[in-house]
Amino acid sequence: MHWIDYYRPSTLEACLEAFAEHGASARALAGGTDLLVQMRAGRLANNVVVDVKAVPELNEIRYEPGIGLTLGAAVPCYRIYGDPTVQREYPALIDSVSMIGGTQIQGRASVGGNLCNASPSADAVPPLIALGATCRVASVAGEREIPAEDFCTAPGTNALGEREVLVSLNLPAPSPDSGACYLRFIPRNEMDIAVAGAGVSVRLANGCFDSGRVALAAVAATPLLVPAAGAALSGQPVGRSAIAAAAAAAKAAARPISDMRGTAEYRSNLCEVLTRRALEKAVERAGGTLG
Amino acid sequence: MSTSTLKPTSTSAAPADRSGNGAPHRDGYEPNMVLATQTFDVVGTRPVRHDGADKVTGRALYGADLALAGTLHGAILRSPHAHARIRSVDTSKAEQMDGVYAVVTADDLPEAEDKLVDVGEGDTRLSYVHGNVLAKGKVLYQGHAVAAVAARNQHVALEAADAIAVDYEPLPSYMTAPEAMAADAELLHSDLRMKEFGEQTDKPSNVAEHFHWTAGDVAEGFAGSDVVVERTFDTSTVHQGYIEPHNVTALWNHDGRLHIWCSTQGAFVVRDVTSKILEVPVSNIKVTPMEIGGGFGGKIPVYMEPVAALLSRKTGRPVKIVMSREDVFTGTGPTPGSHVRVKVGATTDGKIQALEATLAYEAGAYPGSFVAPGGMCVFAAYDCANLSVDCYDVVVNKPSSAAYRAPGATQAAFAAEQVIDEVASKLGLDPVDFRLRNAATEGTRRADGPKFRRIGCEEVLHAVRDHPHYAAPLTGPNQGRGVAVGFWFNVGLESSCTLNVNTDGTVHLVEGSTDIGGTRTSIAMQAAEVLGIAAEEILPEVVDTDSVGFTSVTGGSRTTFATGWAAHDAAQKIVAEMRARAAKLWSVEADQVQHAKGVYSSNGNSIVFCDLAAMSSKTGGPVSATATVKPRGVGGSFSANIVDVEVDPETGKVEILRFTAVQDVGKAVHPSYVEGQMQGGSVQGIGWALNEEYFMGADGTMKNSSLLDYRMPTTLDLPMIDTCIVEVANPGHPFGVRGVGEANIVPPPAAIANAIHRAVGARMQRLPMSPPAVWAEVAGS
Repeated sequence: MHWIDYYRPSTLEACLEAFAEHGASARALAGGTDLLVQMRAGRLANNVVVDVKAVPELNEIRYEPGIGLTLGAAVPCYRIYGDPTVQREYPALIDSVSMIGGTQIQGRASVGGNLCNASPSADAVPPLIALGATCRVASVAGEREIPAEDFCTAPGTNALGEREVLVSLNLPAPSPDSGACYLRFIPRNEMDIAVAGAGVSVRLANGCFDSGRVALAAVAATPLLVPAAGAALSGQPVGRSAIAAAAAAAKAAARPISDMRGTAEYRSNLCEVLTRRALEKAVERAGGTLG
Repeated sequence: MSTSTLKPTSTSAAPADRSGNGAPHRDGYEPNMVLATQTFDVVGTRPVRHDGADKVTGRALYGADLALAGTLHGAILRSPHAHARIRSVDTSKAEQMDGVYAVVTADDLPEAEDKLVDVGEGDTRLSYVHGNVLAKGKVLYQGHAVAAVAARNQHVALEAADAIAVDYEPLPSYMTAPEAMAADAELLHSDLRMKEFGEQTDKPSNVAEHFHWTAGDVAEGFAGSDVVVERTFDTSTVHQGYIEPHNVTALWNHDGRLHIWCSTQGAFVVRDVTSKILEVPVSNIKVTPMEIGGGFGGKIPVYMEPVAALLSRKTGRPVKIVMSREDVFTGTGPTPGSHVRVKVGATTDGKIQALEATLAYEAGAYPGSFVAPGGMCVFAAYDCANLSVDCYDVVVNKPSSAAYRAPGATQAAFAAEQVIDEVASKLGLDPVDFRLRNAATEGTRRADGPKFRRIGCEEVLHAVRDHPHYAAPLTGPNQGRGVAVGFWFNVGLESSCTLNVNTDGTVHLVEGSTDIGGTRTSIAMQAAEVLGIAAEEILPEVVDTDSVGFTSVTGGSRTTFATGWAAHDAAQKIVAEMRARAAKLWSVEADQVQHAKGVYSSNGNSIVFCDLAAMSSKTGGPVSATATVKPRGVGGSFSANIVDVEVDPETGKVEILRFTAVQDVGKAVHPSYVEGQMQGGSVQGIGWALNEEYFMGADGTMKNSSLLDYRMPTTLDLPMIDTCIVEVANPGHPFGVRGVGEANIVPPPAAIANAIHRAVGARMQRLPMSPPAVWAEVAGS
């Protein structure tokens, strides 16, 4: 590990200026649970680290009824699952942040960092996609919004420009008859990387699925939104047959590889199993019954 | 013999039950039972361990803690290829880097003489040890050490190691025994000639050794059988997974004396092997064993000690090298992957008529795969006149394999115990009953020749049959219960012990056995028993190789057995001396002084050990005794498991619901540590069964060389493991000790496989039984 320069801006403006100055040679440090590991392994060539934990906009959790949740990019997992409002309104987010790493990792690791790291197996990303999150991105030149499903572009690569910073994630307020869930499969019961994961959300109306979103982890080069799975739910009566159709669509959309964590065939199977189980849980959380 | 002679003793009398489960279990039984045959005053009790305070406060000194003034930091350059010729090694760029003090390669080692060297648990060719320490001419596995650097700090050392340019010519690589045995496979060692049936042949081969043990007539046995089952099994390479990585600090002093501090299971092995490699007399090498963070057999081989010594000789300064986890996985010896065929025949009366096995084990880069112990153990639990065991020791392009807790036996049991279970099932017999009908007993001849002395195979099976777990109902679908039995023969080897009596009545105990599992205490307790004093009044210390007589490795479950025996013998000498001292006080002959429980008496006079010790100066000076042993009378240990699993048929995930470990240990000197060993071996067996494996890419490199992706079980993956200690005294030991460290890892994979079969009908013929593997079997069946 070689020498690096370290900045700790305390305003968003100073933070953006640091990235404007150092561009591609700078990396943002939130929890560091991916960054430091990758630097130690010699996988990154950056020589500047910008610690974003003192920037207020990146460290806030704010819920406004009717509008939604603003989640600062550097907010660590423990603050999210320790927040009673988030617990009540976004149980699918709680599912993911309480399974990332162990207790110590959860004290540092952030959802924003999980997204920026752009691992196909990131546990926090499918629920963000399923919940319709948007990413607030800023640079000295201005701001823009990116839908969560478009943020990751390849393994380890995201949509941020060289001078851009992920400021926050904005999740719409859930409607009362909605429910969501994230499930992943790991061979052990903790401290493991998803072999596959499924984040889902549903909205129910009059005994039918009004809409649904299904996103998968670890079965493509990026976290994967499966529109066909949502389409298989929309307008159908709440029940096992619509869920089975959505699960089959998720399996069909998966483009997994075989590696040390599982074979492609096995991962495809998991997409179907996890999507089904996650949808059943989401329906339960929405107050629906499977009949 | 029935279990009626085995008396249950409660564990709840323990002052502080380490497992926290001294209270009766939910089903109203003792979770940790001891079925005792003989009782003593100290042996069999549960005192606080002597090294406990240092361990729990973090003060215990491990090798990585050592920081001598002026220490340089080393790094080792390892091969990225599984098999390649080394065309050239250019160290010039590294040598010129700022902060780099020295670089070494195989050229800095003396030429290896063609002779055998004892590497801890047997002999091997010195050239193999040489070649593994620093590769010469060829690299034989990814992770094979090629060169090493000493530098100002570890960062510079790592950068300098990267700056060494090695020109490789990649060669075809072979990852499994069947691949390397193929007729067209390239030879790993051009000079390797197969040893066959005990004779050295002139056949060039990747099979280092082939041998065959046979008794009776298996063909006749199978012909006379009503049920015959034959299956083939494969197991993956797995690592011992000790938490502390290998480490060394070496200082080659200007007077020619070499001092090595390291984490090892055998300080004398490090001394003797380093002496042979570097051609330095043993008297010029002192090895100080630091505290050890696990070994399980994997810290017997010598890897970095000679390298750090060479770097120190070049620089005149202490050189410290600490492995990373990736180095540990790729550069140190795992346990062999295996390919095993087992055939069992039995008649409808439940009697086994013939047993046949072929075992091919991956030795890794150099010969010596522990296939022989596999062959010794594969059918050890059964009394059958018709036996055939065929063994192949095969070199492959993986790290040179090392011992791992009953090395070779787990792979064999995974195969044999599944076939035995299937035969029982086809005969409509209870699996424990079937095993009991054929259980080995005193006088049974093992496949490799020896006849068993008194053993506890039947008693262990009785304990399984009678255990509340075996009769408890399963509670849901996709659940199954499996059993399996395993054997490990244990070893004796050589040990030394010195006792120095202090004037306050305490005794310093000096020994050379690395304490991995609480052996400071189990050895001290044996001395305390003889002296009639409390375990806490013995102060044991593991010392360097200059300060105690020769002591073999901590391995083969031998330390409590053999070093404990040395302590027993030394204590007897102390008792004899103390009788002489008391005789002097009372002006009587020594043989008129009696000793019982620490009290010396004669004709109405009596004096306790403590008071007599205080008078040593007046009665003839310091009291001290040394004993050395090379014991015979080693007693093998049988172990069995009852395991309940639940399988998720949609994902293939196996949950261990309940696990009971039963083992004959002869005598549990300290039952808490014995339970810990049984639970630890069970956990390692569970990891081996379910998820652990070297995942090799098509290029022969390991893809999961981290503790994230090499999946050992965590506490959340395991139930509390119940234990049942069976004590069938070993007639060969003063306290009946057999040894406990190893047999417990043998049955778990087979027991879990049998449980999976009962749960979902899938017969698992490959380890690990990971979720994808189980799912594929369930989906396919």
